[in-house]
Formats: sequence, C-alpha cells, structure tokens
Amino acid sequence: MSPAEENVVRTSARNGWLLSLPALVLLAVAAVGPLLIVAIYSFLTPGTHGNVVWDFSTEGWSQILWSKDIFTDSYVWADAHLTILWRSIKLSLMTTIITFVVGFPTAWFIATRPPKARALWLFLITIPFWTNILIRTYAINEMIRQEGLINVILLKIGVISEPLHIIYTDVAIFIGMTYVYLPLMVLPLFAAIDRFDMRMLEAGYDLYASRWQILRRIILPIVKPGIIAGSILVFVPSLGAYVTPRILGGGKQMMIGNLIDMQFGQGKNWPLGAALSLTLLVIVTVALLYYVKVANGEKKNG
Amino acid sequence: MAKSSFSVSSLPGFASIAIFAFVVLYLPILTLVVYSFNSEVTMGLWGEFSLDWYAKAWANERVKDATLNSLIIASCAAVISTAVATMAALGTTRRRHFKGQTFIYVMINQPLMVPEIVTAVSLLILFGMIKQATGIQGLGYLILAHSAFCIPFAYLPIRARLEGMDLTLETAAADLYASPWETFRRVTLPLMMPGIIAGAMLAFVVSLDDVVITEFVKSAGQDTLPTYMLGQLRRQLTPEINAISAGLLLITVLMLTAFFLLTRKND
Repeated sequence: MSPAEENVVRTSARNGWLLSLPALVLLAVAAVGPLLIVAIYSFLTPGTHGNVVWDFSTEGWSQILWSKDIFTDSYVWADAHLTILWRSIKLSLMTTIITFVVGFPTAWFIATRPPKARALWLFLITIPFWTNILIRTYAINEMIRQEGLINVILLKIGVISEPLHIIYTDVAIFIGMTYVYLPLMVLPLFAAIDRFDMRMLEAGYDLYASRWQILRRIILPIVKPGIIAGSILVFVPSLGAYVTPRILGGGKQMMIGNLIDMQFGQGKNWPLGAALSLTLLVIVTVALLYYVKVANGEKKNG
Repeated sequence: MAKSSFSVSSLPGFASIAIFAFVVLYLPILTLVVYSFNSEVTMGLWGEFSLDWYAKAWANERVKDATLNSLIIASCAAVISTAVATMAALGTTRRRHFKGQTFIYVMINQPLMVPEIVTAVSLLILFGMIKQATGIQGLGYLILAHSAFCIPFAYLPIRARLEGMDLTLETAAADLYASPWETFRRVTLPLMMPGIIAGAMLAFVVSLDDVVITEFVKSAGQDTLPTYMLGQLRRQLTPEINAISAGLLLITVLMLTAFFLLTRKND
C-alpha cells in the first residue's frame, strides 16, 4: 500500500469509529455497562431491606445451588432453586422441539407457495411475531383459564363435565411459550428453505429415494443452519422468559426469570439475583457462541 | 400421458400442519378482539355488540396516563435510537473493513443477545444508584433504557438499505462538484430515507411493546400501557383489557403494514 492509500484507509476507519460513537456510548451506558455492576453486586452481601452492603461475599453464587441450614450451619441442596432451574431448562427444550415440529412444515408450506402468496403468508406469520408478548400471553390465558374459551366450549358440547385444569401449571407455561415463540422458529427456517434448490428433490426422486429419505437425507442437512438458528432464537428467550411464566404460571410455577425477579422483590437478596442473572447470561452466551461456530463452519464448507 | 399432480416440493401432511399452525396463531388473538366488543363480562355469554369497553378504557385516567407515557417514551426512543443507528450504519457500511468493526457489531446487537430480565435487573441497579445519588426522577431513565435497546432494531433496516444502494449516484454528485455534505444531504440521505423510516417504525413498535425492562425501571406512577396491563392481569379481569389490547394490536398492524410497503423491493 502506498502512503496515500494507507492514509485513506486510516481516515475511513476513523470516520467509521466516529460515526458509531454515539450509539456505542448509549449502549455502554444503558446496556453493556450495567452488566458489570451486576457482576460486582453478585459478590456483595444482601442488605436487610433489599439492595446490598458493600462487603465481599461469595454467598450469592453458592446460594444458587446450596442453602445454609440455619441450625446446623451445614450446606444442603437448594431444592426450590434446582426445581426452578430444571423446569426452565425442561420447558425451554420442550418448547424448542415442539416449535420445530410445527414450525418446519409451516416454513416449508410458506416457502413453496407462489411468490405473491408467499409474501402474504410471510406477512401473516410476522404479525403475531410483532404483537406484544403480553397480549399474546393474555390471549392464551383467555383460552385455557378455568372459565376460558376452551373450557366453555368443551363443557357446552359435553366432552367434559368438569373444567380442565390447565392454567397455573407447567403445561400452561409450555403452551404459552410455544404459542409466543413459534414465529421465531418459522422465520429463520423459512429463510433457509427459501434458498433451497428444489431440483435437489427431483434428483432424489429420480434416484428412487422415498419421501422420508428425501426429508432426512437431502432437506434436513441442507437447511440445518436454519434449524440451528431457529432453535437458538426460541431456546434463548424461553430460558429467560418472564412474562409468560408469570401470567400462566400464576406466581407458583416459576422459571429463572421469575426467580431473579423475586430476589429483587420480596426475596430481598440482590446478590443472589445478580448471580442468577449472570448464570442465565452465561448459558445464553454459550448457546449463541455455539451457533456462531456452527454457522461459520457451514459457511466454510458451503 | 397421464396428467400428474405430483409436485416434488409437496410433503405429505405439511400443508395441514401449516394451516393448523396459522389457525392456532390467530384464533386466540382474534377471540380477544371479538370479545372486546362483547357487552357481557364473561366469555361464556355473548350479550350484544358494544363499544362500552373501549369507552370505559378511554375514560380511565390511568389508561390515559399510561397511553401518554407509552407514546412519549416510544417517540423519544425511536428518534434517539434511529439517529444514532443511522450514524452507526453510515460508519459501518460501504467502507473497507476496519479494526474494531466486529466489536461495533457485537455492541450494537448486544440488546438482542442478552435476556431482557438480565438487562432489566442491571438497569434497576444502575438507575437506583443514580436516583439515590442525584435525586433526579422522571421519564428520562425509561427513555434512555428504551433508546439503547431499540438501537439494533433501527440499525438493521438502515444498514440493509445502505448495502443495497447504488454508489454511482453519489460518485456522479461528487463529479459534479457537490461538496461531501451536499452529496450526503441531497443524494445519500434521500436514498436512505425508506430505511431510516422503517428503522424508526420498528424502534417505535419495540419500545411500545416492551414489558420487562419498563416494569423494572419505572418509578411509581410511570406505568406504560404494557406495564399497566401487567398490573391489571393480577386482579379481576374485565374486558377493558381486551379493548386496550385490541387498540395496541391495531397500532402494531398499521405500523407493520407501512413497514412492509416501505421495505418492499419495488425497484
């Protein structure tokens, strides 16, 4: 590179930074920076009326898994926390699987429509996606609650004599999350299928592959990046869900998000809340890094 | 030759599952909208078509305040986030890859990657400290928080627009002795406009819809429509909530339709 060229490149980089600066400052103040404070808080001692006392302690972290028995001073497993962590992981995985089972055929259906109709179907899937999560959760609540539409109809036509008890159970949260996050699965799957070359299927049929073989051996491997993207997009917000379990779990069936909330409310244990937040953040980051790794690998192979 | 309707791309059962998915996606939302027009309180009874719940919601002072808060916060957040996102998009596209560009991408997309509850808690702590130290109250905190998490939503459509833009017009302007500023104002900015408007609308919708971060950051009396609804959901429900939901839904659908018309590739 000649000195003049080098100069141009340097100016261009400097302008790039300068133009990005206001956004970076805003994000540093109100998005990234506060996470550091959470990290510090996780190593402090809880204050009696909430907030913290500035004394170093690792209790916030150890309390995630163990609680101290006040009489014997020995440590026992924090069963309540483990139940909530397990429920969060279980429900998030179930949500991811079911949204895939329903979302894949849906994305396939949209991608194989004629172009004009495709735009319309795609629009129809984006409307629920952008609809307020609270409204969608509330809409599900109205369906499955004790006097909700499903129970009203089933009772009227005499299928059941007692109302089904779904609301405030794990099943209710699972139904709600599947409903809320389904579009997040469909959209990346659609993007992947849309790029799929349908002539591959012709080749497969010409070589006497069965439909099942075609699905398993041709389609699924090729749309794999879309499957991973969709799974991450569903799994990550499911794991951190707050609104859906709060409304459909009725405050009893908690997930990690609600447990964190509780530490800053009646639990008055901010360090534990901070440690739980960071734990959630680490799990999510690992999932995202895995996705980046797989996505880059695909790019290199493809 | 026998006419065959065999299509390589059709897989058995897929269409039925897809239709089922669409019905399931829309049924609850539509039910909610329909029942917002029901004069009766319970779901089991259909009285008659009425706008009573809308009138009740409209007459409710707390709903009015919450609506006003929502609109103020969403407008400010949309303007601020779109302004900084436009600059950042200009800074990170159409130039040779520079050192730190990946870092900028990660920063800008950070709000999409961190669970909302974690951001909410971190802002609760930070703003709590600031409030205690300075005694400053007000909607500023909510506007700041919303402006930050709206940045990626504003940034992505603007960047997409910039990347698809033709450089030749700007080169032509420069060839005709337009100053860089004139070129930007007369050529680049008008060409970017659809992307900027689309970005601002997404930011507005995202801010308007936010529940979790607002719930943690707000002080007493700073309810937005979603946090007001969240509070109401704990109590005895009336179809007033249906009416508010239907109203919010209408705004979302209108914004989205406009967004799609704006970003549609018609050239």
